[in-house]
Amino acid sequence: MGTASPSTRLSCATHCGRGIQAAAALAWREWIRFVRQRNRVIGAAVQPVVFWLLFGAGLGPSFSLPGEATADVSYFQYFFPGTLLLILLFAAIFTTISIIEDRREGFLQSVLVAPLPRWSMVAGKLLGGTMIALVHAIPFLVLGLVTSGIFISVFQLFAVLLWLGLVGLQMVALGFSLAWRMSSVQGFHAIMNLLLMPMWLLSGAFFPVTTGPLRFVAIINPLSYSLSVLRRLFYLDATPAIRDMMIAGLPTMTLSICVTLIVTFLACVMAWILAKGRSTGEQP
Amino acid sequence: MPSAIDIRDVSHSFASRRALYNVSVEIQPGERFAFVGPNGSGKTTLFRLISTLFPLSAGEIDICGDSVAATPSLVRQHLGVVFQSPCLDRFLTVRENIELEGSLFGLSGATCRSQTALLADRFGFTDRLSDLAAKLSGGMRRRVEIAKTLLHSPEVILLDEPTGPLDPSARRALWELLDCVRRQDGVTVVFTTHLLEEAEQADRVAILDEGRLIACDSPAALRSSLGSDILSVRPLDVAAATQSLHEAFGILPQSVDGSLRVTLSADRNALARYMQKPHPEVASLSVASPTLEDVFLDRTGRCFTPVEPLVKGASHGHR
Repeated sequence: MGTASPSTRLSCATHCGRGIQAAAALAWREWIRFVRQRNRVIGAAVQPVVFWLLFGAGLGPSFSLPGEATADVSYFQYFFPGTLLLILLFAAIFTTISIIEDRREGFLQSVLVAPLPRWSMVAGKLLGGTMIALVHAIPFLVLGLVTSGIFISVFQLFAVLLWLGLVGLQMVALGFSLAWRMSSVQGFHAIMNLLLMPMWLLSGAFFPVTTGPLRFVAIINPLSYSLSVLRRLFYLDATPAIRDMMIAGLPTMTLSICVTLIVTFLACVMAWILAKGRSTGEQP
Repeated sequence: MPSAIDIRDVSHSFASRRALYNVSVEIQPGERFAFVGPNGSGKTTLFRLISTLFPLSAGEIDICGDSVAATPSLVRQHLGVVFQSPCLDRFLTVRENIELEGSLFGLSGATCRSQTALLADRFGFTDRLSDLAAKLSGGMRRRVEIAKTLLHSPEVILLDEPTGPLDPSARRALWELLDCVRRQDGVTVVFTTHLLEEAEQADRVAILDEGRLIACDSPAALRSSLGSDILSVRPLDVAAATQSLHEAFGILPQSVDGSLRVTLSADRNALARYMQKPHPEVASLSVASPTLEDVFLDRTGRCFTPVEPLVKGASHGHR
């Protein structure tokens, strides 16, 4: 120890390799933190059941869909993609709270003084968060598929999982960008509730947003596009009548995929730029 | 061999105030060096500039010959940084914490494992490797943090107020540990502190005040720069006491926190003559060899640890 470390400039490949190694280690750390906090694990396990009961039994009687196909579609089937999105959304956003905790506990500082490109730290955080968000969403997906009478092919299932991963990443990146400058967990919750609930409600998850001034909000809401693809994937093989009802007011598949890819990319870049800009790793 | 840390003309400003003014310090390899100053003196700002957390706006800092501004990645490789706030992840075990650090510094799994075992053995926490970091005592946590920073064999260890939350015995243990690391590994140990008695342990001390470097030398040299002894007088009548001190020693006494102080030369005759006379204007007096506190006082005209009145109006000290 204490012998001179090589003073040569690190080659680009080494730099990149290190960045990936560190990102993987940091993502793994997020995962371990999640598993070791029993209340978080219990929350993730119980949440799908609660939502399933709530949407399956609670909201059923007061729900009716427009159009003639109503008889063939249960309310749960209608809410299923939106509820899945909700679970993913909240899990993804709230994993980014750990940034605020990292700063408070001094952990972030020790990462910032490591010889790493800044994207590596961001990537670790985003991947870890996406992983945890998926772990929240998958049990509900399985529960829903088993009990709702929605039948999807293996291809559809695969596509749904891929899509959940992408949307999860998008939300984690968004949460990261918001949390990076926050000094308190309370402030983060306040902003999130102010932003997330309207975003989710106006995405078409709960009711079709087809007319009125809210239509404009739905158009600029990235979640509309996330939901559009999710809904379409579930009802790919449904009869035209059911499908039309399910996707009423939603943007097209191609547009939705493009918008989501672009928004996800931009959110990741924003997280990276913000992380590059501020370096103290302390309370502001 | 380049100096461990070479700080040249560094200034730093925050939005509303200037935190550092043209600070220049050169720290040699293997030195134990302390930055000491009261709260708000700029030492933490300087610490963050050295550890690459703040971007350098004016001046230059080189660590082991590499520039902080131009090649932060190389500098980070030279440095092991221990922060004031504990940086272990409390949900991870000690071993996981250390191995995570290894991944951040690009160590391979096998190297990391053998290094971890070695450090744990040396620092005496082999039996705690599988415990969660949250379960460790404050002293043990610091121990693990220092071991963790040694994982990538840094040439310089930087510590920000390392003994802050520790009790006296844990403090002593920490200093012994750092000393051992310095001797065995040849690592340069640089720390900040707001405690002068801690700074006394360093080979050299840089004293900062309000963003300015007011002294930089070994504690012994700083003390002896003040002369042999300091006479401190608590007056009953300030004007009369000031005058009698001026007459006896030929210099105007410094007034600090309600007492008058005169730095004595090696010649004790003046002191002997002063003591022989009755001094009704004086309540008490003391003679002591100078401390770093006196050095600070001499350079700034203020106490290092200002006397805060416990009860409003109880003290009329000059701040």
